[in-house]
Parts: sequence; C-alpha cells; structure tokens
Amino acid sequence: MNMLTDAAVETALEGAPESKAAKMRGEKVNVFYGGKQALFDVSLDVGENQVTALIGPSGCGKSTFLRCLNRMNDTIDIARVTGKITLDDEDIYNPRIDVVELRARVGMVFQKPNPFPKSIYENVAYGPRIHGLASAKGDLDGIVETSLQKAGLFNEVKDRLHEPGTGLSGGQQQRLCIARAIAVSPEVILMDEPCSALDPIATARVEELIDELRENYTIVIVTHSMQQAARVSQRTAMFHLGNLVEEGPTDKMFTNPEDKRTQDYITGRFG
Amino acid sequence: MTGYLFLAILVLSLIAFYTGRRTASQFVAAHRNDVHSRPIYHGAFAAVWVGLPALVLVLLWLLFQGSIIDRLLLASLPASLTEGASASRLSLYLSEIKNVASGRIFSEPSPEVSAAAERYQRWQMIAQWAMVVVALAVAALALYITRARMTARFRARQGFERTLDIVMILSAVAAVLVTIGIIISLTYEAIQFFRLVPPHEFFFGLNWEPQIAIREDQVAGTGAFGAVPVFTGTLLIATIALLVAVPIGLFSAIYLVEFANDRFRGIVKPILEILAGVPTVVYGFFAVLTVAPAIRQAGGLLGISISPNSALAAGGVMGIMIIPFISSLSDDALRAVPQSMRDGSFAMGATRAETITRVLLPAALPGIVGGILLAASRAIGETMIVVMAAGLTATLTANPLEGVTTVTVQIVTLLIGDTAFDNPKTLSAFALGLVLFVVTLCLNVLALRIVRRYREKYE
Repeated sequence: MNMLTDAAVETALEGAPESKAAKMRGEKVNVFYGGKQALFDVSLDVGENQVTALIGPSGCGKSTFLRCLNRMNDTIDIARVTGKITLDDEDIYNPRIDVVELRARVGMVFQKPNPFPKSIYENVAYGPRIHGLASAKGDLDGIVETSLQKAGLFNEVKDRLHEPGTGLSGGQQQRLCIARAIAVSPEVILMDEPCSALDPIATARVEELIDELRENYTIVIVTHSMQQAARVSQRTAMFHLGNLVEEGPTDKMFTNPEDKRTQDYITGRFG
Repeated sequence: MTGYLFLAILVLSLIAFYTGRRTASQFVAAHRNDVHSRPIYHGAFAAVWVGLPALVLVLLWLLFQGSIIDRLLLASLPASLTEGASASRLSLYLSEIKNVASGRIFSEPSPEVSAAAERYQRWQMIAQWAMVVVALAVAALALYITRARMTARFRARQGFERTLDIVMILSAVAAVLVTIGIIISLTYEAIQFFRLVPPHEFFFGLNWEPQIAIREDQVAGTGAFGAVPVFTGTLLIATIALLVAVPIGLFSAIYLVEFANDRFRGIVKPILEILAGVPTVVYGFFAVLTVAPAIRQAGGLLGISISPNSALAAGGVMGIMIIPFISSLSDDALRAVPQSMRDGSFAMGATRAETITRVLLPAALPGIVGGILLAASRAIGETMIVVMAAGLTATLTANPLEGVTTVTVQIVTLLIGDTAFDNPKTLSAFALGLVLFVVTLCLNVLALRIVRRYREKYE
C-alpha cells in the first residue's frame, strides 16, 4: 500500500502527461446534512494530471462531493459522510489520517476569491509558513515567487508584493488564491466554481491557467458553465439530485451522452 | 393648577385631532383622489399645532414667572431696606417674604415684609390665571386657524412631518447642549483653580495633600496640589483591571465564537453580559469584603505584607466588571470576519489555532482594540469600586500591593463635607474632573473611530 503511494507521488512529481491512474477514488459516498441526504452512493474516480469537471444543476451535490475530497465538510457540524474516499489508495476518512496533512495535499480554491486581509506576499507565504516548508527567509521568497509565477500573477504584482491582497481586482484575487493553494505544493487542487464571480476576460485567464496547471496537478473543478467544462476538462461527471448520472471523457459527454438527463442538461433543456 | 392646565391643553389637542381627522374624511368622501394628505395627517397636524405652541408658552411662562415676580417684589420694597444692600441680603429678604407668604413664620415679621408677602401672594395668583387664560386662548386660536386652513389640497402631511423634524432635531441637540454645558462648567471652575494653583504644579507636582482648611478654625495641612500620584494611581488600577480583563475577555470571545456549540453559547453569553449590569456598588462590596481580605491572607501566607486597600483588589474587581465590554466587542469583531476566511485557511491545512492567531485575530484586531480602549476609558472613569476599595492617600508607586488613590476617588472626597468655591481644595476637584473628562473623551473618540473604520471594511 505504502509503496504504491510513493510510486504514485513520484509519477505526479515527474508529471507524466498521459498517466491516467486514479489519483482519488470515491466509492459509494453518501453525505447527510442533519437528516437530509445530499449525496447517494456516488462512486467516481479522479484521474491523475487531468481536469475533472463536475456539472449539474444547482443543489445536485457536486460541491458537496468536492468538499468531501479534502474533508472540508468536517467544518460543518451537522455534516456526516459514509462510504470510502481514497487518495493514492489511502482512505482519507481513516481516523489515522491527519486532516491538516490531507488538506496540505488536497488544496482548494473557492467560488468567491477570499484572500486574507494581509499583503500579497503574506497571502502566498501563509501555507508554507504554517507547514514549515521554508527554512530560510530566501526559501520563502523563492516559494512565493514561483507560486505567483505558476498562477500567472507574478508580473502583475511583482512591484507591490507588500500591498494588501484585497486591493487586487477580482480576477487577480482569484489567481492569488490559486497561487496561495499552489504554494504548499498540493497534489490535487479542488476548485469550486472558481470563475463564477469573475468577468469573461478574467475567466479566460483563469481557464488558461487551469490548463497549464494540469501538467503538475490533478484538478477537480465544479462549474455551472457547460462551455467551461468543455474547454478545460478531460473528464466530466454529471450530477443530478445527489446522484451521479453519468461520467466519462468530456468529448463523449458533450457529443454523445448516454443518459437523457445529461443530454437535456447540456442542451439547456433544464437546470 | 398647572397640572390641570396641561390636561386642558392635552384635551384641546385631542379634540383638534379628532375633528381634524373627521373634517379630512369628509374631503375624502367629497373629492376622492384629489385629497392631498390622508385624514390621519390632518388630525395629527391640527393636534400638534394646537398643543405645541400652548405647551411651549406655558413652559416659558413658568421659567420666567419666578424671577420676574422676584424683581417686582424687590422693586416694591421700601427704598430704606434695599438701598445699598448686598445681593445675598436681598435674596434673604425674598426667602423671608416667601416663607411668610406660605405660612412658615418663625418670628413676628416686620410690617414691610408682611405687606410684601401679601403682594407676593396676590401677584402669584394673577400670574397663574393670566397664564391659564393666555395658554387656552392660544390653543383655541390655533384650533380655529388650523380648521380654517384645512382644505382638500392642504399639505397636512408635509406640515406634520416638518414639525416632527424640528422635534427630533431639538432632541438630538439637547444631548450635545448638555455636554457643552458640562464642559463649560468644568472649565470655568478649573480656570478658577489654576488661578490659585499654577498649572505646572498641578500637572507635574509629586505631592498631593489637598485637605486644607476651609474655615480659619479648622486644623488641617497647608496643602499640596501635585496631581501626578493621583494620575499614576488611576493608571495603576486601570492597568491591573485591563491585565485581568483583556486575556479573560479575549479568550472567552474566541472560545464562544470558534469553539463553543450553540447551546453553550446561548447560556454563557447572557451570563457574561449580566456582569455589565451588576451595580458597581455591589462590585465595591465584593472588592472590600471578599477580594481584599483574600489577597491579604494570601500575602500573609507568603510572608508579604499587603495594604488593606491594595490596588490589586480594586483593580482586579474592576477588571471583572469590564470583561463584558471586551468579550462582547471582540465577539462581534470575530464574528464579523467572513466564513470564507476560515474556509480559506482550513483549506490550506491550517489548524484551528493557526487560523485563529494568523487570520482571525489580525482581521478582527481593530474591533478588539476598539473594545479594549472603551473598556480602558470605563476603567479610568469608574468611581464606586475604587471609592470603596482603593485607598485615599496618594502614593507615588507602581507596587500593586500598596494602596493608591485615583482621580475619581479624590473628586468624591474633595466634594464631600465642607465646600467653598473660593478654595483650591474644592476647585481642584474640577481640575481633576476636567482632566478625566478629556482623557476618557479622547479614548472614546479613538475607540469609536477605530471600530467604525473596521466596520466599513467588511460590510
């Protein structure tokens, strides 16, 4: 088991582009909010170095599933998760797993940009600092710079790294949040409708970025935009009323879906 | 008599309301949509214009009636009595006349005084009836005029709302005027004080012994008005109070916002806020009878001698009193930090502790600092606890186990007993009060400014 984990990590670091091994795997995942069930027996694999898009009408459970992948549902008192979710074949709901460590490996970007009310530099340095990733001051500068570069933000902010991150535009703030997530070198990045609060130009910029990030990271993205799912993802999963309706290669999903509900949804007949 | 008059004005005003409303309802019946204001505004307009002028008139009348009659009385006294008499002599005559008039006779009054008392009674009667007649006449006239003005297109609502505006403006200005009055009276007496004692002695002198003789026959010290030990005493007690209140208040706020479940919070938060509602006298008891002896005993066990009026006891109890200020404002500030900040931090793999110390506290800091400043200003101005539990002698010390005195304690003791407003002992209380007022005002302004700037950031 452990050897397999290490091997998987190594392939991730080498960035083998065509590796389609399942990085994360959900098996019969059920989620309850109090007495209400939000997800029903969802089994879904997330391929390594791929972008997996989760689509479906509002309230279909796609964000809930996303939040299971790094156990963000733990912060909601009434939420309860059953079933099994693995990261590199390790059960992330196993009591032995430290949720802090898990979230360092599975990062998250939210719907609304949420930079901390600190400087741009401090926003990106936040993760490396709390995880002790930089031993010397120079290391931290390096991590901040590469993270901002990977997020395509460095050239725009390099002269004002010590100004507040909340002063950036919406699109820049979202890329700052992506840089912040990248800074702790996660293996998986979860994105919960990352472009829904952005204008079309900023959206295009972030989508471009997602495509670049695929080389080094496994990405799961929840989106309401069919076009966005088609543009950025390799695999798409369609949710409806808490059930996984259909899952497959994005091309096939958008040209030749098997389920009638998927077809109706992507052609705009409902949702 | 005056009471009946108020009642009469009220009744007239009510009549105006109902007749006004009825008249307006007739307009509605006759003209339908052409009526400008709804009947109730016609009624309210009439009621206000019948009631208010009469009421204001009566109040002004009552305000000036006394002094006018006094002046007339003095003028009517034979010149032999008033010629060259001092102001206090004249006021003595007046009170004698009034005593005789109301039947409180201690000795046989002189014929002049008896005559004046009779005049006084007569004038008083005339003035009162005149007031009743004039007020009712004004009300009746107003009723007639408002009825005459009422038509379908009459803008009763605007008229009524404008009157309400004026009433609200007056209410708002009242508080400001009172504050200005306080400042003026404080400043006036403080200036008197600084004429007798030079400001540099007051602000920089290290010796505070204000209990000097007011009358020649009293035995007392020669007096010294160096207020530094008083200021440092206040500072020491306030610092102890903050040392107690800031950690407890802040930690309880963090616990209540970030860790406690709803049920626990629902129980504990109101109880914490009860602390703010306990009368300060009760805290004073607590400090004197429970805390101070306990501290002395503890000190005795350790072989340290502790003064019975230690700054520690007073400051500690005061700290308990101001806990709610800090906890409740910090609570608000932490709660105002958006959930997305917490999510963002947790999603980075931060622990709760890291999230609180690195994200939540910095984000909520302005609100927390504002709360601490408000609590500090409360601690500096607090009187009852220190009067009961702190000492009276002004010692220049930073040792919390000794007794110190505070500005508020000194003001209270200076104004108790014999007072004379040409004596630096009494006047020094106003100088202290002015300093206290300025300091707490600055702290409050600063705190409110910080809190407000912070609020704008999130909402």
